[in-house]
Amino acid sequence: MVSSVPLHVNGQPRTVEVDDPDMPLLYALRDGLGLHGPRFGCGLGQCGACTVHVDGEAVRSCITPLSSLTADRKVVTLEGLGSPEQPHPVQRAFIEEQAAQCGYCINGMIMQAAALLNGNNRPSDAEVREALAGNLCRCGTHVRILRAVQRAAGTR
Amino acid sequence: MSAATTRRALLQSGSLVIGFALGHRISPAKAQGGSSASAPGKTVALDEVDGFLAIGADGKVTVFSGKVDLGTGVRTALTQMAAEELDVPLAQVTVIQGDTALTPDQGPTYGSLSVQNGGVQIRQAAATARKHLLDLASRRLNLPADDLAVQDGVVRPKAGGQGIGYGDLLGGRGFTLKVDKEVTTKNPAEFRIVGQSVPRLDIPAKCTGRFTYMQDFSVDGMLHARVVRPPAIGATLRSMDEASVRDIPGAVKVVREGNFLAVVARNEWAAIKASQTLKADWSDWRGLPEQVRLWEHVRGTRVTKDDVTSSVGNPADAMLGGAKRLSATYDFPIHTHGSIGPSCAVAQLRDGQLTVWTASQMTHALRKQIAAMMRMPEGEVRCIYLEGSGCYGRNGHEDAAGDAALLTRAMGGQPVRVQWSRQDEHGWDPKGPPTLIDLRAALDDKGNIAAWESEFFIPEGAAGNVPLVPAELAGLPHESSMAPGNIIQNSALPYTVPAVRTTCHRLAETPFKPSWIRTPGRMQNTYANEAFMDELAAAAGVDPLEFRLRHLRDPRGEELLRRLATLAKWESRPSPQRNGGGDVMRGRGMTYVKYELNRTYIGTVAEVEVNRSTGEIRVPRFVVVHDCGQVINPDGLRNQIEGNVVQTVSRTLKEELTFDRSMVTSLDWNSYPILTFPEVPEVVIELLDRPQERPWGAGEPSAAAIPSAISNAVFDATGVRLRSVPYTPARVKAALQAS
Ligand code: FES
Ligand code: FES
Repeated sequence: MVSSVPLHVNGQPRTVEVDDPDMPLLYALRDGLGLHGPRFGCGLGQCGACTVHVDGEAVRSCITPLSSLTADRKVVTLEGLGSPEQPHPVQRAFIEEQAAQCGYCINGMIMQAAALLNGNNRPSDAEVREALAGNLCRCGTHVRILRAVQRAAGTR
Repeated sequence: MSAATTRRALLQSGSLVIGFALGHRISPAKAQGGSSASAPGKTVALDEVDGFLAIGADGKVTVFSGKVDLGTGVRTALTQMAAEELDVPLAQVTVIQGDTALTPDQGPTYGSLSVQNGGVQIRQAAATARKHLLDLASRRLNLPADDLAVQDGVVRPKAGGQGIGYGDLLGGRGFTLKVDKEVTTKNPAEFRIVGQSVPRLDIPAKCTGRFTYMQDFSVDGMLHARVVRPPAIGATLRSMDEASVRDIPGAVKVVREGNFLAVVARNEWAAIKASQTLKADWSDWRGLPEQVRLWEHVRGTRVTKDDVTSSVGNPADAMLGGAKRLSATYDFPIHTHGSIGPSCAVAQLRDGQLTVWTASQMTHALRKQIAAMMRMPEGEVRCIYLEGSGCYGRNGHEDAAGDAALLTRAMGGQPVRVQWSRQDEHGWDPKGPPTLIDLRAALDDKGNIAAWESEFFIPEGAAGNVPLVPAELAGLPHESSMAPGNIIQNSALPYTVPAVRTTCHRLAETPFKPSWIRTPGRMQNTYANEAFMDELAAAAGVDPLEFRLRHLRDPRGEELLRRLATLAKWESRPSPQRNGGGDVMRGRGMTYVKYELNRTYIGTVAEVEVNRSTGEIRVPRFVVVHDCGQVINPDGLRNQIEGNVVQTVSRTLKEELTFDRSMVTSLDWNSYPILTFPEVPEVVIELLDRPQERPWGAGEPSAAAIPSAISNAVFDATGVRLRSVPYTPARVKAALQAS
């Protein structure tokens, strides 16, 4: 029973065809809409690689069933935040600080940091670390990520 | 995305095939239709300039690199090296990586050799090419080559006048020229691109969701698969019930080949659900040792041979004559690679040709393994590299590639994408083996080392091919020997001691299939050596840095340690220091490494805080001085060093594989925790750049200098010596209470 699920993604109304309304948002974005910013890291809500914004809040799309979203909830992915030509200030700061190695975790870092800076535009170092505590990076890019977030906040 | 980026991204994603036979630069053809095991006419010979380089009629340069960027920034560094040597702008150079049909086999991307070996080969090819282009220009312009200069890929008379571009000179043809190993490469004093912190080429796309990772790659008509691994490593599949997944919409097929089991579906979510729903009956298997008896098990494992990695004088006699004798045992547990993105691959079998898109660090070797497993001629298999999540050694990428190969065959050649789950990655990537080290030494009456003996209990084998999981499960051809990496490295000392014997007892087996994790052996072995070195310094009552200098006969190493002392504001005094009361005890510890005793030098200082009541260790700061000779990209190098520090602090404080008698039990990030932001140290780095020296590797060496620096700092803070990684609060508390 294929059903059409209406979504609002990156400023546009979109629909995805799904067999299972409980499919996590992550797969609708990646496989249905070709948005590869959000990444599959664990599917368990443990790493943050899949983070997107829903109504401005950082949300783990791997454990967000489509059925929990309504068409008026605004989903924004890394692609919707900005582009290489017009990066969002947080993306620009990550690029300027060269804050990536493999970059697999970086979607989550940028989305989480952007949500933090929405609510608190001058976070302390400790607040940034706390806000990113649930986002894992294996390459050890943390040092640069912290610098990038401070740069985006204008505190560096 | 700019046109150049688009092209680069497409090349990266493997969706272009390149034809060189007729001298065309790049002739795009959809991979879906045009991919074949080899691109006719494109040589991959290591001794041919055409193996490494092509210059189109428009002057654009394509570099073919067998070494691949694993997230380390090597693509950017190789682009710099080629552009520098050819005198062309960076933007004119594109690097194609790890495509068995297009790139020479420069060996696997491991061992911190991409710049040191791979880059130097490309540099030689580029210098040979440049010389040839100058000769061509000399004939065309009727001027001696010495009177010509190259700027931005255009050869001009030094005296001024009309120049000719590389593209014109070659006319879109190949070089048909051997790489001249004796060619004079550019004098580093004239470098304009090498040595600069060129921004990494991949980072803008990665920060905006435009980068195509392996995990993002797709081809038309592609199916999605998940593997269903046994619940116990050696279990056999008694039966399975295909009907149990029949009701899942989108599920297409259950594939079984021996103990290899997988589900294939039209979409990814259906594959996930089917893999979780499938009913399968597996036999019991309990072949693993008890985890609490791991070190007894290691010590009791049969030794197949001894590798004596250094032998000087007669340490047994010297030991007896020593004024003071010490002994200690260190252990470093089983670790996983822990990639944030689980392994993934896509394969397609068409017209007898198998194409595998993979994030493998060794596409040429993988091609051989897959060909053997599939019983296909090697020439009919093509492996194409796409960047994945960082792998830090041989993780599961190759196994996933094998999975995809079996599955495309089972699906009549239809392209299949295999994405491992988190549990697959934590459970089935090969592991960094357990390392047990016994050390003994004697000090003479002046407090210098008179004798040193060590024994390392480590699995046999070296680098090589790690058997593919799908081949093992399906009972198809695969290697039978272990390949843990070259783990005897850095078991010998970088110091001059009158009597030494360092022995590696090579074990017939180890609990989990081993492979190299970043800095294999060098990290574990240095850990024991440099912590024991500190024990000796303390026994001699000598400052740890001074103690090392006393035993060092290496001017470059000595200079490094002096720079380290200055940078870290090292206070010369013996450890431990007298900490007053209070819950938090502070200390500092150092480590010195000469990587493999013949290249990159590293000195580190760790600063730690140990909480007496919780047993928690914090590492607020790490100081690193690094000498890898000529630096290609200083910021890229710093990025690697920072990564090594953070990753290895994580390994030292937190990580340990857990298992029961059947299987790994640390199957996610809760059961295998890694370092998080609040725990990350500040990293202070000084690079000793030596442009006139050859470039050495940097992807791994600094990781070797982390665990012992922490052990030494904790000793300095507390007077208690930690010898078992990881230094969890429970262990630290117990050690403090016992003291
Ligand atoms: S993939 Fe969603 S938290 Fe890890
Ligand atoms: S940059 Fe590789 S996991 Fe964070």
